[in-house]
Amino acid sequence: MAIEVRDVNKSFGTTPVLREVSVDVASGSLTALLGPSGGGKSTLLRVIAGLEQPDTGTVRISGVDATRLSPQRRNVGFVFQHYAAFKHLSVFRNVAFGLEIRKRPKDEIRKRVMELLELVHLEKMADRYPSQLSGGQRQRMALARALAVEPEVLLLDEPFGALDAQVRKELRTWLRRLHDEVHVTTVFVTHDQEEAIEVADTIVVLANGEVVQVGSPADVYDNPANPFVMRFLGPVTEIGGSLVRPHDIEISVDPIEGGTPATVSRVVRLGFEVRVEVEVGGQEAWVQVTREFADRLGLEPGDAVVVRPAPGARSLALSAV
Amino acid sequence: MTTDTALRPAPAPGSTPGAGARPRSRLSGGTATGLGAAVLYLSLIVLIPLALVVWRSADHGPGYFWRAVTTPDAWAALTLTIGASVIVALINLVMGTLIAWVLVRDRFPGKAVVDTVIDLPFALPTIVAGLVLLALYGPESPLGINLAYSRAGVMLALLFVTLPFVVRTVQPVLLELDADMEQAAASLGAGPFQIFRRIILPNLVPAMLSGTALAFTRSIAEFGSTVLISGNLPFKTQVAAVNIFSQIEGDNTTGAAAISTVLLVVALVALISLDLLQRWGNRRG
Repeated sequence: MAIEVRDVNKSFGTTPVLREVSVDVASGSLTALLGPSGGGKSTLLRVIAGLEQPDTGTVRISGVDATRLSPQRRNVGFVFQHYAAFKHLSVFRNVAFGLEIRKRPKDEIRKRVMELLELVHLEKMADRYPSQLSGGQRQRMALARALAVEPEVLLLDEPFGALDAQVRKELRTWLRRLHDEVHVTTVFVTHDQEEAIEVADTIVVLANGEVVQVGSPADVYDNPANPFVMRFLGPVTEIGGSLVRPHDIEISVDPIEGGTPATVSRVVRLGFEVRVEVEVGGQEAWVQVTREFADRLGLEPGDAVVVRPAPGARSLALSAV
Repeated sequence: MTTDTALRPAPAPGSTPGAGARPRSRLSGGTATGLGAAVLYLSLIVLIPLALVVWRSADHGPGYFWRAVTTPDAWAALTLTIGASVIVALINLVMGTLIAWVLVRDRFPGKAVVDTVIDLPFALPTIVAGLVLLALYGPESPLGINLAYSRAGVMLALLFVTLPFVVRTVQPVLLELDADMEQAAASLGAGPFQIFRRIILPNLVPAMLSGTALAFTRSIAEFGSTVLISGNLPFKTQVAAVNIFSQIEGDNTTGAAAISTVLLVVALVALISLDLLQRWGNRRG
């Protein structure tokens, strides 16, 4: 295991932010800490980096107890949401910073920095200053800077959170590819479930300072541990006292076995997908169907239909909460 | 350092370049009125009076100007003022930065009070400052430290009145400094001293320099706070501003204007070199 977090508790004042958190991160993996704001995911990342001290519990990095080690001695690379660029230093000097601190020979530094700048596609920007870069470029520079010291683990705190949607999508794909190239154990924090599912190979869901579920993206999406995880990972709707994914509901104008009668209240066309809103037993629900399927059925508001969870659909019974 | 726009490649897709050229536009009516008012006001209050002093100093030709500046008492006053101001500005550069640091980074009881007291030298009439200093460090000093009528007394008065400049220029910059930068440096292996020297200090230098230049220019012009504690002994403790005053009292307005012009030039040189330094710094973003 590259990172082993055991029974970590952390409070800010009287507010607990991490409760009995235990997480294992496999060597070479790309793990997402996913959860709503205030769930404790950034604090956990900062505890791993040594930027926060846990009240109780231990952190081991590459088998070594790092709980009381200063951030300087943990050999982790940290990337901040707002880049934390050294704005008085050129891109080259930013990336070279950790190597200069380690007093590496000049020509070795130059070689390594240029390699890294090539890796993050900033080789032409070496002499620029951070203020002359776009947000996406600054974050790539910050990544190269963190990688320069050959860290045991790379930690990214909402790395794309400050970027606009388009750049965020580009960088996501790029991060995945970068990880396939350099294989450094990577943990990133995000509140965007799509980002976690697309990029990570393991997702750790954190809420209210506790680990709620750990698994592969498909596993967490298909077998959510509880209604909270199910809601957080993707769209849900409620039919017959159960939470179901709207794409896992069958809708028909003819009677089907196990179907519940419902009335169409609205049909919304969202490009490729169509959202059919129905009333089932006095409750609102919605069904996601393809456009072609919706056209074939020719649904109109007021139509009587039957709905049922598709065979093999994952659903979670809601207790009377 | 690439400030040359020709070296800038086209921005990557989906990215916004940090620096962009703004096209020059004609002044709108509102801007023109505002600019006119500003220039008129500046001229009446600052430029015309200054020009008149310079003009007056040249009344009797350059030879007279030179003789007026190099009379033994005028020359002594000028060298004392400029020398003391350089030392005072440097001391306050160090101490002002230190105070700003303590006010921003440390927590201690009475911090708000200290923060307010910093501005006292600005708020206090300088003659009152002189009186206070004379009471504490004069012949009847309760501390037994008598600095009256000495150059040390002059320096003390100048230190007092110029203290706020560096504190108040460095403090906001330190407050705004991105704490993530320091944490990033720490996780890259930099110790506290390396973080200070390589990350914090370079970001503070522009503010430190501008505070120091302001302290220096204020210091060479100081009159009120020095007049009591210095005793105004020519050749020993008389500062330039007091020398100017005594020349006017002796009806030598041309000589007074000549010394004033020298002070004006020194202040201008200090401000211009500061500006050049900052432009040089700004090119780096």
